[in-house]
Amino acid sequence: MHYTFNWSLIFSGNYGQWFLDGLVITLQLSGLSIFFALLLGTLLTIMRLSDFKPLVWFSVGYIEFFRNTPLVVQIFFWYFGSDPILPDFFKQWLYQQNIEFATGVIALSTYTAAFIAEELRSGILSIPKTQLEASRATGLTFLQAMSYVILPQAFRIVIPPLISQFLNLIKNSSLAMTIGVMELTYMARQVEAHTFHGFEAFTVATLMYLSLSLLVSLGITQYNKKCLRIGYQ
Amino acid sequence: MDTFTTWFFGLFTNWPVVWKNFDYLLIGAYPQGPLGGLAMSIVMAVIGIFGAFWIGLAVGLMRLSRKKWLSWPALVYIEIIRGTPLLMVIFWFYFFAPILLGQAVPETHSAIAAFTVFTSAYVAEIVRAGVLAIPKGQTEAARSSGLSHTQTMMYIILPQALRNMIPSFVNQFISLTKDTSLAMIINVNELTLSARHIYTRTMKAPMEIFLTIAVLYFIICWVLTAFSRKLERNMSRYQARNNAH
Repeated sequence: MHYTFNWSLIFSGNYGQWFLDGLVITLQLSGLSIFFALLLGTLLTIMRLSDFKPLVWFSVGYIEFFRNTPLVVQIFFWYFGSDPILPDFFKQWLYQQNIEFATGVIALSTYTAAFIAEELRSGILSIPKTQLEASRATGLTFLQAMSYVILPQAFRIVIPPLISQFLNLIKNSSLAMTIGVMELTYMARQVEAHTFHGFEAFTVATLMYLSLSLLVSLGITQYNKKCLRIGYQ
Repeated sequence: MDTFTTWFFGLFTNWPVVWKNFDYLLIGAYPQGPLGGLAMSIVMAVIGIFGAFWIGLAVGLMRLSRKKWLSWPALVYIEIIRGTPLLMVIFWFYFFAPILLGQAVPETHSAIAAFTVFTSAYVAEIVRAGVLAIPKGQTEAARSSGLSHTQTMMYIILPQALRNMIPSFVNQFISLTKDTSLAMIINVNELTLSARHIYTRTMKAPMEIFLTIAVLYFIICWVLTAFSRKLERNMSRYQARNNAH
């Protein structure tokens, strides 16, 4: 083994800046994706629990299909293969954006939404059914009962699993490098290619991912302790 | 209406590309050349889960140990791996296996090593949860009847815990099957890279090709999921529970 370590090289020139740029893109990608994933996931859960059978079938089919196919394949599908099935106005809008980044957000949020929908569903099912019946009996519609009575409680229960989904999302966002989104893993690869010091480059990126995960989970634990002291029941 | 008709029939015109290359998707260039495609994905997943089971079992038991010098390294290993993207672990093995071993390492071997190391951290957590789920009274009874700590684990706790863990292992195997698609990043010719080869060669039908491999992955994972659900239902009948006494 003849490998000489050179840690200062990694932070010389623009390389330090590259890592930071990558980190920012990773954060933007995961932030946008978790937002859309939560929206879509909530929608899927409501469809899954509704009484209208076609909506239930659509939701179950969506969740099963997206959970049981690899994310890379989904990313490739959206990036290379989605052209024939997307409507024209959406394509025109999409091609004016940063196409790689936009595809990354679409793929990550549609993928994560399926997982979030499953977590939300188990959260909602853990709320006693009598609550839904009682709110329906007082005259609320299904949607009102969901949005004012059931969902606020369910969201509180599912916060821990949702956080772990968000942490998974941050890690999964590294796959966006396969279509050329310049996020953290892509930048680490880039630094490796320029310096031939892969050990240092990947150590820096790994540490960044690790501290990101730790920071998110610590921050949320603190938030839970302070703001959500009155739990369900 | 006319544009709609052309669009609609256009959705079906490119499928022959997939059928002509379907054997490449399934086994790569196998009899004449190296194994690839779906067969390669399955081979990697099976070897990976086999290795991960033994390493994960060892790490999980170390994590449960009361000796600090055993439990701390296990904890650090589990936390680091679980906080790192799999892609990172693959790159680690791809770039450093040759440096450490001082010779060229085939990409397939690096990928399998990465999968094993990555998955065993998750298996270790499954083992830990499974052992902790066995009622404490069993350990106490075994220890008071004169068995040592190791004997208690080997003959009393693990046989029960491992049986309860089977559904979780199946789920982990499903994850690993999906994760094998990441090996394409270091040029291992598994299903996803085979699909990209076909697309690069024909420059046609990307939607059809990627949809086909998505369905192939889906069939495998979905059958395994159904299997694991069935196991879980059958197993819950015989489980020892904490509230039994």
